[in-house]
Amino acid sequence: MPKRDLISMEDLSRADVELLLDTAESFLPVLERDIKKVPTLRGRTVVNLFWEASTRTSSSFDLAAKRLSADTLALKAGGSAVEKGETLKDTAITLSAYSPDIIVMRHPSAGACQTLSANTGASVINAGDGNHQHPTQCLLDLFSLRQNLGRDLDGLKVFIIGDVLHSRVARSDIMGFKMLGMEVTLVGPPTMMPRGIEAMGVTVEYDLANLKDADVIYVLGIQKERAHSGADFLPSLREYSRLWGVSRARLRPGQRVMHPGPIDRGVEIAADVADDDENLIAHQVFSGLAVRMAILYRTIVGYSDGTASGEVV
Amino acid sequence: MERTWCKSAPAAEVLIKGGRVVDPESGVDAVQDVLIAEGKIVDIGNGLKPGTNTTVVDAGGMLVLPGFVDLHAHLRAPGREDEEDIASGSAAAAAGGYVAVFGMANTDPVVDTATVLTGLAAMARAEAVIPVGFFAAVTRGLAGEQLTEMGELGAAGAVAFSDDGRPLASAALTRRALQYVKVSGRFIAIHAQDDSLFRGGQMHEGPVSARLGLSGIPSLCESLDVSRTLDIAEYEDAALHVCHVSTEASLIAIARAKAAGVKVTAEATPHHLMLNDEAIESLDPNLKMNPPLRAESDRKALVAALKSGLVDCVATDHAPHAPEEKDVPFEEAPFGTIGLETAFAVLFEGLVRSKALDLATLVTRMSAAPARLAGLQPPSIAKGALANVCIVDPKAPWTVSRETLRSRSSNSAWLGQRFETRVKFTIAAGRVAWEDLA
Repeated sequence: MPKRDLISMEDLSRADVELLLDTAESFLPVLERDIKKVPTLRGRTVVNLFWEASTRTSSSFDLAAKRLSADTLALKAGGSAVEKGETLKDTAITLSAYSPDIIVMRHPSAGACQTLSANTGASVINAGDGNHQHPTQCLLDLFSLRQNLGRDLDGLKVFIIGDVLHSRVARSDIMGFKMLGMEVTLVGPPTMMPRGIEAMGVTVEYDLANLKDADVIYVLGIQKERAHSGADFLPSLREYSRLWGVSRARLRPGQRVMHPGPIDRGVEIAADVADDDENLIAHQVFSGLAVRMAILYRTIVGYSDGTASGEVV
Repeated sequence: MERTWCKSAPAAEVLIKGGRVVDPESGVDAVQDVLIAEGKIVDIGNGLKPGTNTTVVDAGGMLVLPGFVDLHAHLRAPGREDEEDIASGSAAAAAGGYVAVFGMANTDPVVDTATVLTGLAAMARAEAVIPVGFFAAVTRGLAGEQLTEMGELGAAGAVAFSDDGRPLASAALTRRALQYVKVSGRFIAIHAQDDSLFRGGQMHEGPVSARLGLSGIPSLCESLDVSRTLDIAEYEDAALHVCHVSTEASLIAIARAKAAGVKVTAEATPHHLMLNDEAIESLDPNLKMNPPLRAESDRKALVAALKSGLVDCVATDHAPHAPEEKDVPFEEAPFGTIGLETAFAVLFEGLVRSKALDLATLVTRMSAAPARLAGLQPPSIAKGALANVCIVDPKAPWTVSRETLRSRSSNSAWLGQRFETRVKFTIAAGRVAWEDLA
């Protein structure tokens, strides 16, 4: 079987996505047991390569691999040969000497997964590359939506709010949301809307006037440095939060708020929304584990082997 | 004035038999024999007989063309001989059918004094298999501050002046350069780019960059600088050449300027003529160049401009890079693709075979037009002319690979691609420079 990478949401068909979400669902009971471990990937090796800071993604991938009984190896840029100038190609060759089955990587540069994949026999899973893609985030977002709003997401309206220009999450989510039939509207400062993004089949708006139409409100984090002097994306965080910050006053009942984290209270999201039990933010983190277990599992056993979800565990 | 140099070699004694001779300069398009003796074309006709020491080349089914001239290559010497040098770069050019090639000045050290230029000329005299010439920098060290000694550099044989790789940052500097270049009788060639709009750009700004999350290089980044520089050239009545035009907006500005009588010429590269930004979806670092591959509408406008002559010539912007520089993630890779060995195959198969351009026009844009800009006698297959000829087999499949390339570098936008068209024989300045006959 040729190796299967997950670099972009475009690597997945709709059937693949649905299979991954079903597989993730089948892992949920495992996570509620006293002994939260299955022998499924015993003897397999999963390497986590994080060249960029990460809390949620790296910890959930590490735990997901351990829950599946895989051997794990974690490398970070700090303290590794990268600090001595080793190229990604050489890191890939070095790690490949251990014959890992999967390498999960986060990297600051778009295209890093292609470089890695070309130099290893392991399957590559993209845990975020530059502003390009973050497919596993998208899959866990879809999982949270399905768990909370029902299996059929067709026709749901989602507003993605914030710095789309610098967001790999937004790019993966647009693809995943569209794939499952959702209607996507992007809202944010004109300086943070990529020219030509409409070609992805989305509507672009610069204010929250139509926010009431949304079933789901997906809030992107706003990096403080975008408003620093020298940067010219935003005049100030204060104005950002006045124009695009999501607060309770702007929401109607029943709207569900999501955020990939880490959140910055008072900037893109008000505390009253962040603390509201109705939001899906904590559920997204919870979903990360089951979804990443499903991704690791399907990467090894295949996407179309006919395994019924109940047989997985 | 000597503007190109190459090593000495025996004068060609060759009879090219039965090829289709296409020479727009002399108006020939017919199956003819071409007899070359002592490096000169001595006869053209049917049933020509070889002399005693004449090599006979059977060119049946092949094209016999005036050799090409490349006004824009990076030969990397001095400084990065691991990527290319005069010997390998000129060999690559010969293998692409070129009979003269000009290196840009962004070497290490920069070609900004007559001493460096004279050294390069000596190197070319020792190593070059076809005539090689050189641009000199507009500003010392390409720093964008102090002008180079253009009088002395022109006298030492600089073909023209360019800070290629970098734009001339200010209007004031551009104006001074366009004024002062007149002491040399040559022209300024610009790499048009507004740096404030470029800012860490990775690829053409548009739907594809939006989708890939790569920082965009707007077409405005080029056209704004083109327009501004054209205004200055008009004001100063100075000669300007626009390197590697990539956008429709730049072409509109150049057309307006040409109509107004501005002394402007322009070049386009094979990659901008044949590829568009959608290719970047693969995130292949060999497709990363500056200016970037643009939108399909820009590409079409460029092809139309090459056809009409608004774009005067094809230039490769041959930019070799070491494997360790390109074998990195797209966002970390340097800009540039090599192009000397694929230029004719790419454009012949992409434009001539698809009927977008006729062969004679392509030949003119690759041969006589750039030769005139360089101040060289245009190559022509005419009795009495110095032999500058290439023979192209349009049915000779080959694949672009490390093994088939003569360049020291392999960073080709077409790496791994198969072509049907191959240059089989090149005679440059009366000497056989490339031979790939079975």
